[in-house]
Amino acid sequence: MIEFRGVTKRFPDGTVAVDALDLTVADGCVTVFVGPSGCGKTTSLRMINRMIEPTGGTILIDGADIMAGDAARMRRGIGYVMQQAGLLPHRSILDNIATVPMLLGWSKARARARAAELMEIVGLAPETARRYPNQLSGGQQQRVGVARALAADPPILLMDEPFSAVDPVVRESLQDELLRLQAELGKTIVFVTHDIDEAVKLGDKVAVFRQGGHLAQYDEPGHLLARPADDFVDGFVGRDRGYRGLGFRSHRLPLGELTTTSLGSPAVGNGAWTLVVDDASRPQGWCARRDGADGTAVTAEHLVPGGTLYDVTSGSLRSALDAALSSPSGQGVAVAGAGRVVGSVSADDVLAALASARAEEAAA
Amino acid sequence: MNAIVEWFTDPANWTGPDGVPTRLGEHLFYTLLALSIAALIAIPIGLWIGHTGRGGFAVVSLANSLRALPTFGVLVLLANSFGIGLAPPIVALVVLAIPPVLAGTYAGVQAVDRAIVDAARGMGMGEREILTRVELPNGLPLIIGGLRSATLQIIATATIAAYVALGGLGRYIIDGLSVRDFAEMAAGSILLALLAIVTDLVLAGLQRALVSPGLRPAQASRPRPRRLRAVA
Repeated sequence: MIEFRGVTKRFPDGTVAVDALDLTVADGCVTVFVGPSGCGKTTSLRMINRMIEPTGGTILIDGADIMAGDAARMRRGIGYVMQQAGLLPHRSILDNIATVPMLLGWSKARARARAAELMEIVGLAPETARRYPNQLSGGQQQRVGVARALAADPPILLMDEPFSAVDPVVRESLQDELLRLQAELGKTIVFVTHDIDEAVKLGDKVAVFRQGGHLAQYDEPGHLLARPADDFVDGFVGRDRGYRGLGFRSHRLPLGELTTTSLGSPAVGNGAWTLVVDDASRPQGWCARRDGADGTAVTAEHLVPGGTLYDVTSGSLRSALDAALSSPSGQGVAVAGAGRVVGSVSADDVLAALASARAEEAAA
Repeated sequence: MNAIVEWFTDPANWTGPDGVPTRLGEHLFYTLLALSIAALIAIPIGLWIGHTGRGGFAVVSLANSLRALPTFGVLVLLANSFGIGLAPPIVALVVLAIPPVLAGTYAGVQAVDRAIVDAARGMGMGEREILTRVELPNGLPLIIGGLRSATLQIIATATIAAYVALGGLGRYIIDGLSVRDFAEMAAGSILLALLAIVTDLVLAGLQRALVSPGLRPAQASRPRPRRLRAVA
């Protein structure tokens, strides 16, 4: 547990970056600090490992004041991932990852074995081990940065805008990867970003900072989207928050009937569209009624790509609504384990479910 | 031209205390001695001011003003005060070599990306570890660059040792001049030029061997056949 108690950082030029911050970061959770530039989020993060020393208040890690003891020694026990990865250019990838274990006095063989293990965990091909950072793409460098931070298995991971310098597609895959890793490792992660979407996606809790180092709201992401504390948070959380907020609601939806056929069979049913599935009843695409309605076989040429899928076991109302909106037929395809089609959802069903969920909440 | 070839083919010029091997050995000895002393003084100072960023302006200004000192003048001054011996020319050469080594070291450390130093500190490296494990290896190309230019300057200037009755390749030039033996002077100059070229090639090889492949431009740092390493 990391506790900020009345923490203030005033720089020598008089600017106050963080003003009397009180905040508790729970163990085993991802806590995201988010806010516009100059809001003190990075300063707050860097005070945790004493890269910046507070000028007032105390920070406690598991009850111990971080200012007691040697700063360098203390930092070896906290993983640190930064924006441009900050890899050491003169060291191979393997040795970059082995940096902290080597500082801790592990033998070279043990540190390298651990580094090789981490390369696998973060999804780096073994042949990159002997390369140097300048031979890797930005996304790969960030993976190395994460592996390096995890090398000595620290309980706490500080991540300072780690994915902001990579392109959106790579960023999304790195975010998914981080969530997958976190599900396995259960670290206490403090993550700084200026991107509210990233904050809402990754955070178990999100701390929204406003200029001058004040905490505007500290809440679960669903609550943040549903009930912003004030106009600043509302403005920062931004457009589409109603839609994005659906991502934090799961609700049992009534599934509709769906007529399906397979490639090589004629289209059946009365609707304008028929869903084409494979042998394992996984969706292949849609077929318009005019193709195959006369009894001729549906071929791959007739297929219209389907929309997103709604997974009934883990899906949110957002994924159900998106499935309905993105489907060419207006019917979202609901799937269960192994991608098997189990029925359809419509946008109306989602809105009705939302209304009933709200009614239940109001009654509770 | 023939006279120069004759000089080189005369076996008498290749043996004895005035033979080419001896003079070459003396010249290399002066060069290595002056370079080592200059490096021992300039590299630690350069590392320290590069790492702390303190005193950089003062030290670099001082080093640059040293460059303005004419080496020959320093030699004559020292020889007048301390007499003939090894010390005056070596001190003069050290004074000559300090500025490029100091500037190279300081610039090398200073040029290391601050984000990398920040990352190293964030991982728990102490200041000494940052200096020796991050700033030094990353600043190495510029540090060795400073040493290379200092070495060339010393080799060229060490001829003046002969002026104060010492050996080295300068002997041929000064002795040749005094007896108007132009073949001997030319031979000395050619040997000097060859020594400078070979030494710089050796240092370039050393640079290749010491500097991490990760610091070369990405294209060039692909794994290469071992053969090239052996040449270096």
